[in-house]
Amino acid sequence: MSDAIVIDPLTRLEGHGKIHIFLDTDGGVDRAYLQIPELRGFEKFAQGRRAEDMPQITSRICGVCPMAHHMAATKALDALYQVEPPPAGRKIRELLYNAFMVEDHALHFFFLGGPDFIVGPDAPRQKRNILGVVDAVGLEVGKEVIGVRKQLRDLVAAVAGKAVHPVFGLPGGVSRSLSSEVRQEAAAAAARAVDFAQFALGAFREAVLGNPGYVELISSEAYTHRTYYMGLVDGANKVTFYDGTLRVVGPEGKELLTFTGRDYLDHVAEHVEPWTYMKFCFLKDIGWTGFADGAGSGVYSVAPLARLNVADGMATPRAQEAYEEFVTTLGPKPVHYTLANHWARIVELVYAAERMAELAGDPEITDPQVRALPTALPREGVGVVEAPRGTLFHHYQTDERGLVTAANLIVATQNNAARIALSVDKAARALIRNGQVGDGLLNQVEMAFRAYDPCFGCATQSLPGHMPLIVEIRDPDGALVREIRRD
Amino acid sequence: MTKPKIAFYWCASCGGCEEAVVDLGEDLLTVVELVEVAFWPVALDFKREDVEALDDGELAAAFINGAVRTSEQEEMARLLRRKSAAVVAFGICAMLGGVPGLANLYESRDIIDAVYHEAPSVQNDDGTLPAEESRVAEGQLTLPAFGASVRTLDQVIDVDYYLPGCPPPTGLIASAVTALVEGNLPGKGAVLAPDVALCSECPRAPTKPDKLLVRAFQRPHQVLIDPELCLLAQGLICLGPATRAGCAAACPGGNMPCTGCMGPTSGVVDYGAKALSAIASVLDADGEDEITARVAEITDPVGTFYRYSLPASLLHRRVRPAARDEKAEVAP
Repeated sequence: MSDAIVIDPLTRLEGHGKIHIFLDTDGGVDRAYLQIPELRGFEKFAQGRRAEDMPQITSRICGVCPMAHHMAATKALDALYQVEPPPAGRKIRELLYNAFMVEDHALHFFFLGGPDFIVGPDAPRQKRNILGVVDAVGLEVGKEVIGVRKQLRDLVAAVAGKAVHPVFGLPGGVSRSLSSEVRQEAAAAAARAVDFAQFALGAFREAVLGNPGYVELISSEAYTHRTYYMGLVDGANKVTFYDGTLRVVGPEGKELLTFTGRDYLDHVAEHVEPWTYMKFCFLKDIGWTGFADGAGSGVYSVAPLARLNVADGMATPRAQEAYEEFVTTLGPKPVHYTLANHWARIVELVYAAERMAELAGDPEITDPQVRALPTALPREGVGVVEAPRGTLFHHYQTDERGLVTAANLIVATQNNAARIALSVDKAARALIRNGQVGDGLLNQVEMAFRAYDPCFGCATQSLPGHMPLIVEIRDPDGALVREIRRD
Repeated sequence: MTKPKIAFYWCASCGGCEEAVVDLGEDLLTVVELVEVAFWPVALDFKREDVEALDDGELAAAFINGAVRTSEQEEMARLLRRKSAAVVAFGICAMLGGVPGLANLYESRDIIDAVYHEAPSVQNDDGTLPAEESRVAEGQLTLPAFGASVRTLDQVIDVDYYLPGCPPPTGLIASAVTALVEGNLPGKGAVLAPDVALCSECPRAPTKPDKLLVRAFQRPHQVLIDPELCLLAQGLICLGPATRAGCAAACPGGNMPCTGCMGPTSGVVDYGAKALSAIASVLDADGEDEITARVAEITDPVGTFYRYSLPASLLHRRVRPAARDEKAEVAP
């Protein structure tokens, strides 16, 4: 019987993820398990609902990324009713979607992930937060983060009704057209976002490239997994968030396959384990061979790093420059370093801001024609977007009245679940020797986790990245030997 | 003078209520100056022990969002109740159950089946299900049981005030905190939002006919929605007349009907019944056949009228049959 360590975030409250580490008889790590202890059942109670209500119902899966669920659902309705939005309808959707991506990525970078690098991974806990970032880069930045966020969210609310939870998505378009006043507001917000993204990139570059130790940390074996990667690309194989083709590349960088959302069931499958409510996605083409990386395992990864790995570049100029610097520093591709997600996120932040500016500058976006009314009988539809945290699938079947008979949702973090489990296990192994549990374990595990920006809000309730930890070391009889906590 | 201590806590929620607090933006900084935030797990360091160490009633107020589903959420709610002079049910999930409350339409085994067996992407040939106790090679792992019944906060603890919305509008959040700081709170049980119908603040109100009659109900995807006209007058099921004001008619502002996330005005026992009655009262139909035809246009009554309030409704959840006869169960 081995000793066990339980890392139970937020004082054993359910819905927040829990890490259970078994020690072997020599005091090394036998295996670490990441458990998700709650389930809400949206897929079941979607049944019987009106299909057109799904964008609003499913956004309640997550109040942090409501726009991602709203949009995936809306696109599934396009497919369900076989109706294409007119150009302005499509552009309004993509404009708001990119505004949301800027805001979400910025929030993660400054509040959650960035502190590890800008303040430093070894800085005391009390410093590794937004206040520490503000100390490092100046108070003005803190104000700018709040200001940009407000401007973007006001824009979303002006068009979509509310930032949390939006209401504008309908099959075949959006609920209202964009006035020229709102377009000007969007253009102003986009210009500010482009500057802000450039600033964030500069801050990251200075902190990371100015410190060889960081690059070494990012590329260290403890944070490396050679898996498959999945993400949406456009016709030129560039990163895209709102719409595109799914591309999968292998651990050696070769394209394994491309597919459209409607064929997802041919390529994506979910594996069930008895010890967690989270299902683990894998590539059907390869198969589930357990929690392992490498070309023989169907485990794959999504989110910023995966998107940069599957794409041949970025569709906007500043983002492309940032991408090239990323690849030069950490390449060749695919980049397998989990911590590189932070950098990839900044590259994407630049793209989202530039894409926003392009769309806000497009005169066609104020065309009053923003919806095509559905005429076909509804039957089945799949919608796919790149959520900030990775590929998101919504799949509905309905009866002829458009009432949902079956819903299947594969959320971003689920695609990453197996690789996150691998990362947690690896971080634990890297630190625990001879039963000695260093306090650094907490931070190292937390960093492995935070890089993915996991949204257990999509399966449970915890906000991404916030990971209070308690490590309990128990003897074989279950008695507490030692406790380390960081609340 | 010491600042009043307050706590924010979340039960079964999506994080949107937390985002709404962050959306206070610079006002949030003002709030932080007026009060001492003693407990806010998502944003600030805390220890549950710190809450346990407080004197009973030492917190001026606890703002609790999310419905209650698990035993641990229930324990935390009880602890905060004991430590707080006032408990505010924050957001429609805590107040009436919210969208996740629609899970009450199904038994837990139906939900488990849908997720781990029926989902078309699942590959689960040996029928594995998450279990409260499971044996892995290295030892034993445990999970909390899956409880499908979603309860409102006041079905678990005594609640003093309610702040409705999905999420609550930032203006109402700021007013609630200000009222608290100034000791200016209304009587127990009050809903901290205007006690009038949403139509009163809807910019479309001037276009609402005095005698509103609907000949045929439309669904939002079937028609091009006029951005100025009263939505009910366009035949859309807009729940404004049955719903409390306070959100500045945000959804009609987005050119979509109100779905009722602000809950009812005071004195209403069952929001869904009230909403149904409000819609029935504008129905322009003669004779039983025509009434039946019009009612059939309301394709999902539960999801339409009880979208945010099923756990608080008179029914609360799916009626369990006495014997196991699937056909006798109430169809969701």
